[in-house]
Amino acid sequence: MLTKNQARTFFLGGTVLFFFIFLGLSWHTLSQEVPKQTHEENMTESVIRGKELFDKNNCMGCHTIMGEGAYYAPELTKVIDRKGEEYCKIVLMSKEPWQPRGRKMVAYAMTEKEAEDVVAFLKWVGEIDLNGFPPEPDLKGKVPTE
Amino acid sequence: MKYKSQQVAYWFFALSMVLFILQITYGFVMAFAHLGYDGLHELIPFNAATATHKNLLVVWILSGFMGAAYFIIPDEAERELISIPLVKLQFWSLAIVGVVAVIGFHIGWWEGRKFLEIPRPLDYLVVVNVLLFLYVLLMTLYKGKKRTTTALVLSMGLFFAALLYLPGMVWFDNQTMDSFFRWWVVHLWVEGVWELIMGGILAYLLIKLTGVDREVIEKWLYVIVGLTFLSGVLGTGHHYYYIGTPKYWLMIGGIFSALEPLAFLGMALFAVAMYRKGEKRHPNKMALTWTLGTAIISFVGAGLLGVAHTLPSVNMWTHGTFVTAMHGHLAFWGAYGMLVLGMITYAMPLITGRKMYTKPGASYAFWLSNIGMIGMTTAFAAAGVAQVYLERKVGMDFIDVQQEMEVHFLILIAAASLFTLGIILYIINFFKYGKPTDEALEPA
Repeated sequence: MLTKNQARTFFLGGTVLFFFIFLGLSWHTLSQEVPKQTHEENMTESVIRGKELFDKNNCMGCHTIMGEGAYYAPELTKVIDRKGEEYCKIVLMSKEPWQPRGRKMVAYAMTEKEAEDVVAFLKWVGEIDLNGFPPEPDLKGKVPTE
Repeated sequence: MKYKSQQVAYWFFALSMVLFILQITYGFVMAFAHLGYDGLHELIPFNAATATHKNLLVVWILSGFMGAAYFIIPDEAERELISIPLVKLQFWSLAIVGVVAVIGFHIGWWEGRKFLEIPRPLDYLVVVNVLLFLYVLLMTLYKGKKRTTTALVLSMGLFFAALLYLPGMVWFDNQTMDSFFRWWVVHLWVEGVWELIMGGILAYLLIKLTGVDREVIEKWLYVIVGLTFLSGVLGTGHHYYYIGTPKYWLMIGGIFSALEPLAFLGMALFAVAMYRKGEKRHPNKMALTWTLGTAIISFVGAGLLGVAHTLPSVNMWTHGTFVTAMHGHLAFWGAYGMLVLGMITYAMPLITGRKMYTKPGASYAFWLSNIGMIGMTTAFAAAGVAQVYLERKVGMDFIDVQQEMEVHFLILIAAASLFTLGIILYIINFFKYGKPTDEALEPA
């Protein structure tokens, strides 16, 4: 039967081993792969300012981006593809709460430049290689929705 | 209770209770907003409500852990805490940081990063606070007569929890890197080092409540926390499927996440086995009920419901839907909420000297909160599955799907009311115990 010492060795040995594997993989991911998959060369000043605005206003507190955030408002990863730049700018610059079917968004009343920065950020996010996320709806057209 | 300084745990537990009820209140604000009743929008927009709800969760659980540690460590190390004034300073700074953070969320002083919304300047205060906490704890242990495995595992968990807060404080321009390190904090907390804390507290409670030999319990403690890290560290991979990170994480995350329930299964089997083996029948039956409850519900909520959506082929569809909320609620409740409530149930009669073991309210609190939370989980599951099919598979518009889901939020609110009733009963019971008293001290 297992002794307490063997159990401790299992715990310490396993932890150290898997922790180092994790560190190695993280290093590889961040230094080799992420710059390519996220097209870091396209991260302009405007994209970074957009990210700061996205952060400052806690957009993730209602929306998801790359599937992460809250589930109160639509996923924003491909929002520029879906809605277009102009639509997104109007929403961000609106002085009244934007409310499709009654669900209110905070009225951010951004300046045109700020809105353009956020749009640039969202466009950049839309081009990241997300391993196929979000998936194409595979039942679209096969199921009547009306 | 042997040591007078263990009394400080009371204040951390009381803070826990207050923050917990506030957290629930914000949950209701969000649930009603989902139903279209967002009358508070101007005052508490949804993103402020969710930031508050999530951070209060973290702070009330941490406050509970700190209280637990201040109660357990003197008992295990066989000496008083090294300094009560330092603990008092740490308590008040924790409470103040918590209050300032919550007020800040309502005026837009935050960072838009799920679970880590506390703004950078306050982060530094959190660090100072936690360092103070660790100093008192580790020095007490260092100067103590004994260093038990239980105390070491608990302290190790708390130490690494503090260390892992740091990667969340670095700014990255790249959203993917930002997210990558955010999970170092969030995942490695809840599916890593917090499980060490859980294992430590659970072992302590089982030693006290069942009377099984410490050597046996602590041996299994090592096995369980070993399994936690074996699966949990690389299990972080399930957050790296679809955020701009390479494909190998799909395989690594898939395999190691599938192993993650093992640690929780181990904890459940271990708690039940020790309960059966134990010959001692401790009069504090409710503490034992919560202890067994946390071991079993954490297996269901964190273990099973986690693996239900961490396979990459499933997660592709469920990522970023209410399926995640389903798992999140039962996991946090089972693993950490019930654990803290169990610890408080065990400690209160000892701290206050009032042996109110058989209050009917205590039993109702347990059952109402658990039945309510299982109802909530079911409502989230129904909402999540509906959302996955209508939005992700059929391709209906987001807001159309939200309207189809409203009925599930009605059920959610009904179940949450039951849950809240249970928690209110628990809190009433807590305050009925009154304040700590020196009469509760065991004669030396």
